[in-house]
Parts: sequence; structure tokens; C-alpha cells
Amino acid sequence: MKVSLFITCLSDALFPRVGEAIVRLLAKRGVKVDFPPAQTCCGQPAFNSGYWNEARASAKTIIEAFEDSDFVISPSGSCTGMIQHYPKLFENDPVMHARAIGLQRKSYEFTQFLVNVLDVTDVGASFPYKVTYHPSCHGSRLLGVKDEPMALMQAVKGLEFVPLPFAEDCCGFGGTFAVKMADISGAMVTEKADHVKETEAQVLVGLDLACLMNIAGNLRYRGEPVRVMHLAELLYEGVAGA
Amino acid sequence: MSGHGQGTAPATVKDRADLALNDEFLRKAVKFTTERLRAGKKNAAEDHGNWDDWRERGRQIRLHTIANLDYYLNLFADNARANGVHVHFADTAAEAVKLSLDIARHAQAKTVVKSKSMVTEELHLNQALATIGVEAIETDLGEYIIQLANETPSHIIIPAIHKNRYQIAELLSKEAGETLAPDTQILAGFVRKKLREKFLEADIGMTGCNFAIAETGSMVLFENEGNARMVTTVPKTQITLMGMERIIPSWEDLEVMATLLPRSATGQKLTVYMSGITGPKRAADADGPEEMHIVIVDNGRSLQLGDPEFQELLNCIRCGACLNACPVYRHIGGHAYGGTYSGPIGAVLTPALKKNVAEWDDIANASSLCGACYEACPVKIPLHEMLIYLRRRKVEAGEGKLLEGLGMKGFASIMKNAGRFKTVLKLGKLGQKLVARGGEIRLKAGPLKGWNSYRITPSLPKQSFRDKWKTLEEEIRHGLQELDPAAKARMEALVKEREQEGGGHGHG
Repeated sequence: MKVSLFITCLSDALFPRVGEAIVRLLAKRGVKVDFPPAQTCCGQPAFNSGYWNEARASAKTIIEAFEDSDFVISPSGSCTGMIQHYPKLFENDPVMHARAIGLQRKSYEFTQFLVNVLDVTDVGASFPYKVTYHPSCHGSRLLGVKDEPMALMQAVKGLEFVPLPFAEDCCGFGGTFAVKMADISGAMVTEKADHVKETEAQVLVGLDLACLMNIAGNLRYRGEPVRVMHLAELLYEGVAGA
Repeated sequence: MSGHGQGTAPATVKDRADLALNDEFLRKAVKFTTERLRAGKKNAAEDHGNWDDWRERGRQIRLHTIANLDYYLNLFADNARANGVHVHFADTAAEAVKLSLDIARHAQAKTVVKSKSMVTEELHLNQALATIGVEAIETDLGEYIIQLANETPSHIIIPAIHKNRYQIAELLSKEAGETLAPDTQILAGFVRKKLREKFLEADIGMTGCNFAIAETGSMVLFENEGNARMVTTVPKTQITLMGMERIIPSWEDLEVMATLLPRSATGQKLTVYMSGITGPKRAADADGPEEMHIVIVDNGRSLQLGDPEFQELLNCIRCGACLNACPVYRHIGGHAYGGTYSGPIGAVLTPALKKNVAEWDDIANASSLCGACYEACPVKIPLHEMLIYLRRRKVEAGEGKLLEGLGMKGFASIMKNAGRFKTVLKLGKLGQKLVARGGEIRLKAGPLKGWNSYRITPSLPKQSFRDKWKTLEEEIRHGLQELDPAAKARMEALVKEREQEGGGHGHG
């Protein structure tokens, strides 16, 4: 059985440690992850901006890269969510449409795979810090990933969970939105970071690197010492250090 | 803030949003009320117990009605006429205005009292009435405040959401000719007294319509202040303006709508006043209008019929829940959207009703596509997807921005090929040497100007994931543990299940 990592362009380029954490965590569970090097970006920036021809070019690359895989795991609810749009993107191309559905059915956000497929909630991690969690919009609303990260965090020894006020509100990233509507996006991320501060958490975790980069960027800009991590990083650090 | 009156606002959403973002009063007022409404809705939905089932019921009723709109409109018109109502159809805003003015002239009207109606806002009917010397008085408290301020509503159900009570006290004091304390009871008391006189002297009562019941030709109004009941019973002539999609088949369907609408709008289990009006005053009635007109307005609505990507827009029941849930609306309020309808529904409806791609401005871009609107919608309209369809149609029509188009072409050519992506990463690592310090980029120029005005950007690490992969793979190969047999069995079963089912949906 072939379990492949869909690293996503952001994690590949900027946060390779997140991919590394996933690969190492899964290896500890006996899952040998493979990395098809032909993969690039899911195409979401083009898709959301209305450039569907360009998005299709990207989508086709991804579909082909994972053709032989049985499970496709990614560290992003948003990019896995984008794969849910592939069938619509190829609705006028029966061959590609079928292949798109094939990929859609085998794609999982990382915690979905860990909790729902492997049935693992306790990875044996210990992480004695105060932690708050931002549920990213696409992961929680599009994919319905809500309980999985909670279950994983609950099982971490020493982790003190503090709920984030207005957690379900968007952090203001929104891809090109953050560039096109920079000031609205800025107001949104500032408010999100304010709420993170309110929790007095030492660590903010999430399941989407774009959102985390956005919030972390604002926290850093304001000189706030909150550590921002992907949940996979937290779990791996908690296992490696335990 | 200023500039949200007629015709004075800046031309782009971005500029209008900047006005709002710099207005602390507005942002505080909008946040305060949307938070209250959002929390109310959440409680009301939880308290209901089967909220998602009822959302689906509501959606099905709306889908069915819109799919058979021609039938239900005819049924409604026939039944309303049988009740003695004059039913008019208006294709355009201009036609609807002309019909309304003709009725007002015929009634030799001097004043019109109005209950809240977004359709009349869409038609700019108050201004039109003024041109023939008829004074229109808004009687919904929020709408009355907006009228005094010479502004437009900034929320579908809370027109003056952007004003705090001090600003409202100032406006009403001017009208009263004396200083009124910023106390809600005193302010509402003043308006109540003032409007009472207007109700009694008005020649025409004008309303919108929440739901039109096809099976009896009745129209139903939801309100909390009782003013709509006054508007529909005191004046001799009544005019109701309704969008052509306001129809539902039966009173039984109203039960579903009467459950969904108030809970979604304000968190109320029921609206305070729900009036069902079936025709003008009959011989045995104690009150009611002698003459009743219903103007059914198209004004761009039928453009959505038969368009699979946008037909569901007509399912909207105008509750405003998407505005209250929207994290963008929360910061910029309604006027920034630049149309009669604001928030997520306005961002889609305004361009959809016009169907002029070039005029779409950047409204569709004023969303982070977070999906909170869809989650809040009592009839599950996928607004977050429609926003993307709008953007795509603009690009397809050749109305996209040149630079963006070139950028996206570049994006596609890189992402088509992992080798090119790798090269770009290499170039990025070289290029960032000029601007990256200690793993960070703080430069506020070029494409990073807006982003870095609020954030610090991480720089590219020495090795990307794909650079590291070979070493990593070697390492994990050595330390690989045994896969739990139960997990293995589950994985195999999932693969088999997919093979058997063939096409269809994902695992959700």
C-alpha cells in the first residue's frame, strides 16, 4: 500500500520541518511515507482568483503525481480542500474528471488520516505547555476536521489547552486576499493575534501553514513571544523529547 | 464617517473599506451588534435541536419554489387578484418606480409611510417619490435614523448598525429641536410619538414582503416594532413591493420559514409581529386599506434563473446571518460594499443582479473565502463558491487585470512542472539574500508592502523539503516500526471500497 505525502508548496519551500514531522510520526506507526517528486502546488491561488485554466495546469500535475498512491496525506486542510474542487474544475473533461474523483477519494488532511484511518489519538507525546488552537476555515468547514485535532491534543501529556476566543473567525489570510485587500486582511489578523494574546498561551497550533504563517507574522511584528507550530510539529517534538 | 450617502462614496471597495477601517466608532458599533446577533443565532439554533434538518427543509422548499417560479408566481397573482388586490409586474427598476409613482399620483398622495423594505432601497423609491412632491417617511426605527442621516442601510435587517447611540441621539436631537439624552428608551419614545402623527396623516402605506403565499395570494411581514402593522392598516392605500423570488407555496411552508428566519436574523424564536395580509379591507373588517397594490419586481433576478452556478441566490430569505458571521463585514461594515445589499450576500447579489462583468468592481474580491457565510445561511446558499464563480467569469470575459493575468500564467507554467518549481525556489533563495536577515524579511516594498505592513515574513530555509527528502527517507527506512494489523486492515478495506464504488464522493 502506497501512502504518499502531498507536502504542499508552502511547506516544501518554507516549512520543511512540518513535512519531516509527519513523515517521522507516521514511521513510528509503521507507515512508510513516500514522496512523489513531480508534485507542485494544488493550484488554489489561481482557482480562487478565477484563473481556472491556470489552476487546471496545476491540478493536472498533482493528479498525475499521485496516480499510483493509495493514500495522499497533506499538512493542510486548505490544500486538501482544494482537491475537493478538482472534479468541478474538470467537469467538462470526463477522463480528467474521473481521475480527479479518484484523487479526491484518497486525499486526507494529516489528522484525518491519523485519527480516522490509523485510529491513533495518543501518539505518546508529552508537551508541558499552555496551548491554544486556531481551526482553519477550509479544514474545519470544507473538510469537517473539528474533533480530530482536539482528540490528538487531549492525549498529549502535560498539555494545558486554552480555548481561543472567536476561534472560528478567519485569520484574514485568504490567499491573494491578503495582498489585494491588505488592510482588511491586516485588521483581521490583528484581531486574531489579539485573541491569541488574550489566552496567554505559550503556543498556538493549527493545521494550515498559510494561516499559521499569517498569524505568526503578525505576532512577530508586534514582538509577541508566542510560539506558532503546526500540530504535527508539536506532536513530533512531544514524542522526540518524551 | 462620511461618504456613504448617495453618490459620494469612493469608487472602489478597497477605498471605501479604508474609510471604515479608520472609523473606530463604526468598527466598534458593527462588532458589538454583529457579535450579539451571532451569539443569539447560535443559541437559537442549538435550542432548536434539529437545526441542520430544518435548514435542509428550508433549502428544499426554496429550491422547489424557484425551480417552479413561473407556476407559483401565476398562482399567487391569480389568488391575490381574486382577493381584490391589484397585482403588477415590473421587469426593471424604472418600471417598478413608474408603477409606484402612478399609484401615488392617482391617490393624490402627499405622504407615504413605509415599513422597512430593501426592494424600495434597491429602486431608490424615496428619492423618486420626492421628485413628484410626495414625502416618504421610514417608520422602522433603524431605517428612520438612516433616513434622517441621509444615508443608506448598512445591514439588511439592522440598517443603522454602524451608528452608536450617541450618534443617534445627536441625529434625533436635531429633529426634535431639543437635546435628547442618549438613552434608548428616551430616543425610541421620541420616534414613537413623532411617527404616530405621520401614520395618522399618511395617504399611502408602503411595505416590502418577507414571504408571499402562493396558495392564498397572501403576503406575510415579519417585524419587531409593530410599525408594519400600522403601515398596513391605517392609510387608505397600500403598496407592497416584492422581489419576484419572495414566493413560497403554502402556509405550511411558512412554518419552516418562520422558524428559520427570526432565529437566523436575531436569535429570536419567533418574530414579535407576524402579519399575514390577504387582500384589502373587507366589509366586515374594522380596519385595513381600501385599495391594495402588489408590485412584483424582477430587476435582474430572472437573470439567475437557469444559471446553475447562481440560481440558488434566489433562495435567500434576507435574514442577514451571513453578514453577522462574516469576518470581513465585521471590520468594514455595509457601506464599503457599495450596493443596496452588503456583506457576503451583497458581494454576490449586487454583481449578479447587474450581470455587467465590467462593472463588477472588486466586490467579489472583498472576501477571504472562509465559508462562514455558508455555514450561517439558513437555506445553505454556497456564497463562498459563488464568489469564486464571479471572479472566474470576470477573467473569462477578459475583464481581469493584465498584471494579475500574466502572473497567473507564470504561476501555471511553474506549477506544471516540478523542475521549474525547484528552479524558482533556488532563485528565491538567491534573491532573498538582499532582503532576508536572521530568517526574516521585513521589507515593506513591492509585492510585500501590504503584507509586511502587518507582519514579518519568514525567509526560505537553506533546504526545501524536497532537498531533504533523500536523507530523510534513508533515516526512516531504518527506524520503521510495525504497522498495526487493525490499521492495515482498515486501509485495505478503504482501498477496496473505493475500487468497488468507482466514482462518487470522497470520504468527507
